[in-house]
Amino acid sequence: MIQSPAIKIFLNEVGELSRFTGRFFNQCFKPRYEFKEFIRQCFVIGYRSLPLVALTAFILGLVLTMQLRPSMVDYGVESQIPVIVGIAIIREIGPVITALIFAGKIGSSIGAELGSMKVTEQIDAMEVSGTNPFKYLAVTRIIAATVMLPVLVILGNAISLYGSYLGVNMQSTTSFSLFWTQVFDSLSFSDVVPSFVKSFFFGFAVGIIGCYKGYNSNKGTEGVGHSANSAVVVSSVMIFIIDLLAVQVTQALGLN
Amino acid sequence: MIADIKQGAVKENIFSDEKILVIKHLYKAFGNYQVLIDFNLEVSKGESVVVLGKSGSGKSVLIKCIIGLLKPDSGTIEMLGENIGDLDNEELDKIRAKAGFLFQSNALYDSMTVRENLEFPLRRHWIEVSQNEIDLMVTEALEDVGLVHTIDMMPAALSGGMRKRIALARTLILKPDIILYDEPTTGLDPMTGKEIIDLMMGIKKKYNTTSLIISHDMNCVKHAGDRVVILLEGRCYADGTYEALKQHPDLKVKQFFE
Repeated sequence: MIQSPAIKIFLNEVGELSRFTGRFFNQCFKPRYEFKEFIRQCFVIGYRSLPLVALTAFILGLVLTMQLRPSMVDYGVESQIPVIVGIAIIREIGPVITALIFAGKIGSSIGAELGSMKVTEQIDAMEVSGTNPFKYLAVTRIIAATVMLPVLVILGNAISLYGSYLGVNMQSTTSFSLFWTQVFDSLSFSDVVPSFVKSFFFGFAVGIIGCYKGYNSNKGTEGVGHSANSAVVVSSVMIFIIDLLAVQVTQALGLN
Repeated sequence: MIADIKQGAVKENIFSDEKILVIKHLYKAFGNYQVLIDFNLEVSKGESVVVLGKSGSGKSVLIKCIIGLLKPDSGTIEMLGENIGDLDNEELDKIRAKAGFLFQSNALYDSMTVRENLEFPLRRHWIEVSQNEIDLMVTEALEDVGLVHTIDMMPAALSGGMRKRIALARTLILKPDIILYDEPTTGLDPMTGKEIIDLMMGIKKKYNTTSLIISHDMNCVKHAGDRVVILLEGRCYADGTYEALKQHPDLKVKQFFE
């Protein structure tokens, strides 16, 4: 018998989230398919997140290079900066930072939007209008988040590396082609593929948690704020947990 | 004396014998809290019935059970000849296409314009309908509520009364056989409330729709209903015309009219 209320609440939440995830898989393969809404969500979730992801990725690449340079100069391996930065960004920093920004922007927006729809009876109105609101609102957003985050990670990585190229050229001169040749020569299958695959899981986690929190919002407008906030917090924690698991899996598969 | 107290003659001669809505022994509880206990009601075609009750008496629960948003624990709800509890989602959607529902909070989609709000139920229920037909129906529904000029506006840009009328237009657009109104005048000033009541009565006259109105606004109860049902202690406590119930000797009934 579990005595602690906090543990009970936690286990209850895990159970409900698992049930919500099960409902997603149960519903996403059944017609009627909401293609139009899915495309609209891809635009909202992907395209509208691009400026923020691009800006932060550019600054990340630039700052990482500038911070790394003194240590690399001390060890006399300044020429290896593109290699180090390339591996760090592609393998770890790019996917994780992009996913965290994505959780902040998209997780909160999904949580708040669905939460406000719930408390103002818009979800009920959708059901009365002959629409399966779970499919129309949740399934489309979850799939869009799962598909669009890897795209944003690829673009973010490229922009980060471009920022790094500018950082390298602020204090020395490296040609564009040499920089990119060094980056790509240092990367292998085990650097690119696991990081790309895990970004799908990050996107799925942000989508499912945002929708779960929004869909189960209550207590009026206070509940909407709480849904948005907890969607970001739980998604961010889940991103780190998935990242940790991804490292274990890639090591077990001999991809490290 | 808790019973179905039939008071006064309901204007039976103007309504069809056909029953649009029949509720029998409806029971709904949330945990230990019993909201509806053996609730019974019959609504004839063309009739306008107001369910009057105090806040928290289970009026909204009742109307949500009728439209299938909540599942009753026991009892039957027969609407338009179909037992709501026996229907799967597809069949329920077909019934919902014939039953309009006006939400207390209007429930207009914030991210859509007025036009898109009105188009939404049309596109979902009537997949085959052409864009020209949709445009005509949207314009007609907006003309009915006198708000054609708001067609491209967002709901947030409208006043409370206008939002209620747009919500009514969205309810009307499928030309339902029965309209369920959940507190249609709540949150509106008396003047706007009166406008909404007039609009509801005009719609009833024009389309000969059956109406079930949930309300605790006595002005709405007095003017919008052919018959008034008092929901008290989870049951249909009294049933009759407004004037008859107003003269009723039972103290619990009387308190609603004082």
